[in-house]
This record gives sequence, C-alpha cells and structure tokens, in this order.
Amino acid sequence: MNRSSPVAEGQDFTALHEILCRHEHEEGALIPVLQDTQAAYGYLSRAAIQRIAEALHLSPAQVYAVASFYAQFRFEPQGKHLIHLCVGTACHVRGSPQIRTVLESELGIPAGKTTPDGLFTLETVACLGACGLAPTMVVDGETHGTMTIAKVRRLLKKMRETESATAEAAGGEA
Amino acid sequence: MNEQRRVMVCRGTGCESSRSPVLQQALEREMAAQGLNLPVRRTGCHGLCELGPIVTVEPDGLMFIRVQPDDATELVSELAANRSPERLLYHDPKTGEPRPHYRDIEFYRRQMRIVLRQNGHIDPENIDEYIAVGGYLALQKALHWMSPEEVLEEVKRSGLRGRGGAGFPTGRKWEATRNAPGQPKFLLANGDEGDPGAFMNRSLLEGNPHLFLEGMIISAYAIGASRGYIYVRAEYPLAVRRLEIALAQAQERGYLGENILGSGFSFGLRIKKGAGAFVCGESTALMSSIEGRRGMPRSRPPQSAERGLWGKPTVLNNVETLANVALIIERGAEWFASIGTEKSKGTKTFALTGKVKNTGLVEVPMGITLGELIFDIGGGIIGDKKFKAAQTGGPSGGCVFTPHLDLPLDYESLTAVGSMMGSGGLVVMDETTCMVDVARFFTTFNENESCGKCSTCRLGTRRLREILERICAGQGRMSDLEALTTIGNLMKEATLCGLGQTVPNPVLSTIRYFREEYEAHILERRCPAGVCKALIRYRINPDLCTGCTACARACPTGAAHGERKQPHSINPETCIKCGACMDACRFGAVTVE
Repeated sequence: MNRSSPVAEGQDFTALHEILCRHEHEEGALIPVLQDTQAAYGYLSRAAIQRIAEALHLSPAQVYAVASFYAQFRFEPQGKHLIHLCVGTACHVRGSPQIRTVLESELGIPAGKTTPDGLFTLETVACLGACGLAPTMVVDGETHGTMTIAKVRRLLKKMRETESATAEAAGGEA
Repeated sequence: MNEQRRVMVCRGTGCESSRSPVLQQALEREMAAQGLNLPVRRTGCHGLCELGPIVTVEPDGLMFIRVQPDDATELVSELAANRSPERLLYHDPKTGEPRPHYRDIEFYRRQMRIVLRQNGHIDPENIDEYIAVGGYLALQKALHWMSPEEVLEEVKRSGLRGRGGAGFPTGRKWEATRNAPGQPKFLLANGDEGDPGAFMNRSLLEGNPHLFLEGMIISAYAIGASRGYIYVRAEYPLAVRRLEIALAQAQERGYLGENILGSGFSFGLRIKKGAGAFVCGESTALMSSIEGRRGMPRSRPPQSAERGLWGKPTVLNNVETLANVALIIERGAEWFASIGTEKSKGTKTFALTGKVKNTGLVEVPMGITLGELIFDIGGGIIGDKKFKAAQTGGPSGGCVFTPHLDLPLDYESLTAVGSMMGSGGLVVMDETTCMVDVARFFTTFNENESCGKCSTCRLGTRRLREILERICAGQGRMSDLEALTTIGNLMKEATLCGLGQTVPNPVLSTIRYFREEYEAHILERRCPAGVCKALIRYRINPDLCTGCTACARACPTGAAHGERKQPHSINPETCIKCGACMDACRFGAVTVE
C-alpha cells in the first residue's frame, strides 16, 4: 500500500460515505462494505481502509487482515482494462496455461500485475463456472469463451487499436 | 387448451457470453418485422453451454444451437412456415443425423432431470412462470397441512443426503439443530461453489432460483430457523442478480418475510457474496466469513448445530440439497427414495467438462456408471482420443481411470476408490493430459487456498507442490514418490478441516493409478502426454512443412520462422512453448517431443 494521504490520493469519499450509511446496522458488514468500496473505487486505498476502520470501530490492521485474506480485494489501482483469465481445472486441461503464457508475453507482465502504461491488469481466477466454454476469460466484465491463442492476440490487438485511436482523438482536440 | 407457441432464448452465463442478449433483441425485431407474433422469452441454462446460444421453441420441443443474431431473419421465417433451418439443428455426433427435438438428443434422453426440470423452460426472473408450473405449492402444503416435525420426518424418510460432497443425511442434520437450545436459529445455503470445474449451483440459481428458494423456506420451517443467509460466490454476478430479483418477488408475494402465507411462520433471508476464498466452502469458515472475519475453519466440537453463526444453532446446506426439498414435499418421500441406489437416493447434477464432446450440466440418478455418463451422455472423448482419467470432487477429490468406468456414481463407491462425490464437478481427461501436471495443478491451487492455520496444511501443500514441480521439470528422484505419499498421509491424519485432509487426494490417487507416468518423468526425463514444458520441445518436420508461414504468423515471439515456400524451423532459445504454431499448422508438420 502507498503511504500518501487521502488528499494526495485525490479520492473523493462521498461514495464511501454512502456505502457506510447503507450498511450501518448490518451484522457482519465489513466484507460487503469492502466489496462495495472496491466496486466504487476499483481498489482499496490505504485512506479508504482507515475510514472504514473508523466507521466500523475496528483498527486498520483488523480491516486489512480481513481484506488481505480474500482473493477479491486489491490494494493498488487497477489498469484501465481488467483481464481475468480462468485457470480452473476444465480450462487448464483445455489449454489455459498456454493462453496465460501468451498473455504474459504479449503484455510483458506476469499475472497479478498492471502494464506500465496503466492500460491492462492481468489476473487469474480459479473458476468462472463457465467450464462448458473452456478456456474462458473475462475482459472488463464480459465473458469470452473457447479462447485460442489466435483469438487472444486478435482481442488484444483490437483493444490496443481502440486505445490509440481514442488517444489520437483526444490529442487532436487538445 | 392449446399452449401458446413461444420462442425461448437461453440467458445463462454461457449463452450470454455467446451474445444471446443481442440474439433475443434480433429475434424480437424480426418477429415484429415479419408479423409473426410469437413471444420471445428468456430462460435459464439448458446445460449444453458449448453449443450456445441455444434457442428452443415450445410446446413443439424444438431446439436450435449456435444461433447468431444474423440467423434471426431465417429462423423466424422458417418458423412461420412451420419448418426448421437444418443448419441450426443439433446433429448426432455418431450418426450425423439432425435431431430437431431436444428430447431425442442422447445428451438429454439419458438424463433424469428433476432439480433441473424447469431449467431452460421458464423465465428465471418471473415468479409467475414458476407459479404457473406448480411453484410454491409445496410451500403451501408444508405450511398449511404439515407440522415442522412432519416435514422433517418426510425429508428423513426420503434418504436425502448433502449434495455439497460429504453426503451427511440432511434430516439428521436438521434434527440436531431443531433440538438444540438457543434462539434465533439460522439456516445457511452454501452456494460458494469454489471448486474449479463445477457450476451446478450457478446454473440452478441462474436458471430456476425460485425452486431453491422454496426449498430453503420449507427447510427453515422444519428446522425452526427464523433467519437465513445465502452465501454465493461473487464470481457469479448473474446468479446473484437473479437471486436478488427472486428474493424481492417472493417477499412481495408473501412467501418470505413476516408471517408467511398467514401461517405465523416468519423467515428473513439475506444474500452474502463470497470474496474469493475456496476454504469458505467449509462450514465453520463460511460462518466466519458471514460474520465479517477471515474465513478460517475452527475445530469442532462444538458442532454448528449447537453453536454456529454468531454462536447460535445453525444448519448449512448446499444449494442443490435445498432445491431437492421442495420436490420431496411436493411428491413425497417414497417417490424420492425410489430413485437412486440403496444408500444414495435421488439424482445428482454433474458439471461434465474437459475433453468430452458434450460438455455441460447434467442430472442423472445416483448409481449411474461413470462410463454411461462420459460416453452415452457426454458423447465420448473429443477427437475420439483415448479416455485416460476423470477427476471428481474438485481439488479435494481424486482421479479415477479406465477400470473405474463401470463404477456406480454414489457416495460410497467414489470414496472407496480414493476420490469423492464432491459437489459434482467431473473433469474428463484424455491421453494428452499429464497426470503429474494435474496433481501439480491441484496442489498449487490448494497451496494458494490454504488458510494457513494448520502447519500440516500450510507447509504440507508447499512441500508437495515443490516436489511435484521438480518432477515436472525433469529433476525428480525416485525417493520423491515415497516423500509425496508420506506427506500426503500425514496431512490426512493431522489437519483440522476438510480442505487440508483432502488436499493429498489428487496426489495420492494419481500416484496410485498412474505410477508409470511419474516414473517416466523421473527415470526417463520424459512427459508421455507432451505437457510438461521443461521436458518437451516443438519441432517442424521439414518433409511436411510447405512454408505457408502460418506458424510464423501465429508465433507470439518470432521463434517459428522461415522463408515463404521454404521449410520453417523453431528457435528453441526464444520458444515459449505455447503451442500456437501447432494449432496454426494445417499440415501436421509441427510435432511435440
């Protein structure tokens, strides 16, 4: 986690305040609060964890202990596009290790990391429950089934092209 | 009365990822454009996800597969003329003949769909469709005509056992909680389907959430539970959404909440989303997670029946177990007990995946053989390769192999051969699957998911993984096999929870049935299945290579290279062994050795 202050992180905690109000009288509220916070901000910042701890009368260490136990929670901002590659059993026997090799090689990062340009975060997930379509991956919430190395490369190429077109358009306006 | 003709589009996770929402809109547009005013409805999963998007026409019983939005025009005009476009029909993999009606498809014909019977036939987001097929009648029967004790007795007599894997008799579990002192009592539904290769709960919750919900409310009545939680994986966003809709609808109709149907019985229910921890499928860990803590198991006793969630008497049942309850109350214990084997009653849903032709969700009577499941329902192995093994029970289960094809699938038989029923994941493996790699795969998974509480599990999974990695890398020793067995047996004896005790199963069962494959890795430094990267090398056969450049274009690192119309070659220095060249080659020139 980085050590910057809430102000330096530039986070607006209006959404977090609403989340805390919504779960105010709920028993066992910590995990739902963390889930909603991550959904709103993309990750759990140090400052957000501090605020949650204060509101729920816990120490930041207690909150972090719970958050770090579960695979779902991230403590660093994610890239613009989030790629979840399924590495479950059905996907494994149908070639997800090969797809992982290609994703890591094309993006230049190991699973669990974000590309230096902040465009892609690559993560693995144990099973998406879409085993009939193995191997599968989820890109920005959309499931892609029966992936092949060729399909993965096409998808990345298309996403990169869209990105550079957007960047050019933005540059042109400026 | 003639049933109205209607078109149903599958909107399960599988078909939605194959663009079924766009397809549904396209069909609706075409219906309007061509003036054929058949309603287009949404349904849950049919189980044949690989062939999606699936469209059915009722009451005809027609089924169309891999229907794309562009096919909508043709499909609608053919339906208007009472014909079926043949290219969209399912074709029998053995005879090649079209099978227009789903009831004639071998995959369905051999199944016994009880829990899944309305999956794919009703709209999961519309409670009226569930009620129209007799839904919530069992709840009315239980609340108005039966005492809680009678419901409990009925479930006991049915012989229903837990569908989460361990197979504990459901009625006995309920009785212990019902008789335990303390209020309130809790009923929890376990939908934390964390084992990779399993999606039975997901399909049921997405396809027919009200059946599960009805069963859960009846169960709560029998137990005397006034509060409940449904624990579902956050990785199943569609299942969570459909459950939320179902809960709200049931509440509105008075099937849930205060004084249900005027009976005086009240039950409050909430959904809790899991946060990605396999160990939370274990009962005490799951409760700890609902309480907002780290999901770590605790030692028992006290049993959850006496002191569970927040220290109160608690029952935890699998989603599938609870779905069965509504059916038992509706049709009676004798009917249910007439299905299955002597000790394993009813049906079981399996997620049939891996190297099998018909991957998907199936429901069969207990006691069906492994061979029937894989070859009759599953249609056999993809590419007619050789069957090698099947993995049941997820990371806690074991691998069974060819001599077990006659094995009846029930709780006792699977345990006897070193595996377990588990929640119903069944991954089929062929000759291109390396069993040492499979053992390494599960052990890596288990190492990541070990909560760290017991040293035998925390360190044991790590040692097992290190040894297996060494063998996969071609640096194994024969003494490693003994070490794996010793560590595995120790973990079974000395670890606290079900996860740790079953972690060695994939390792021990593969050593037991595929010892020669381990020996090939160790003694000959060879991976017979051609999987373990350190032991294989991709080559191009210059006699077969036509120089078409397909491999060079597919290669992500430029290792496959060569001049057009000249034999290509692979640079072993830069090759990452992804196999893209082999997939791309149309001449069989790329080989792995």
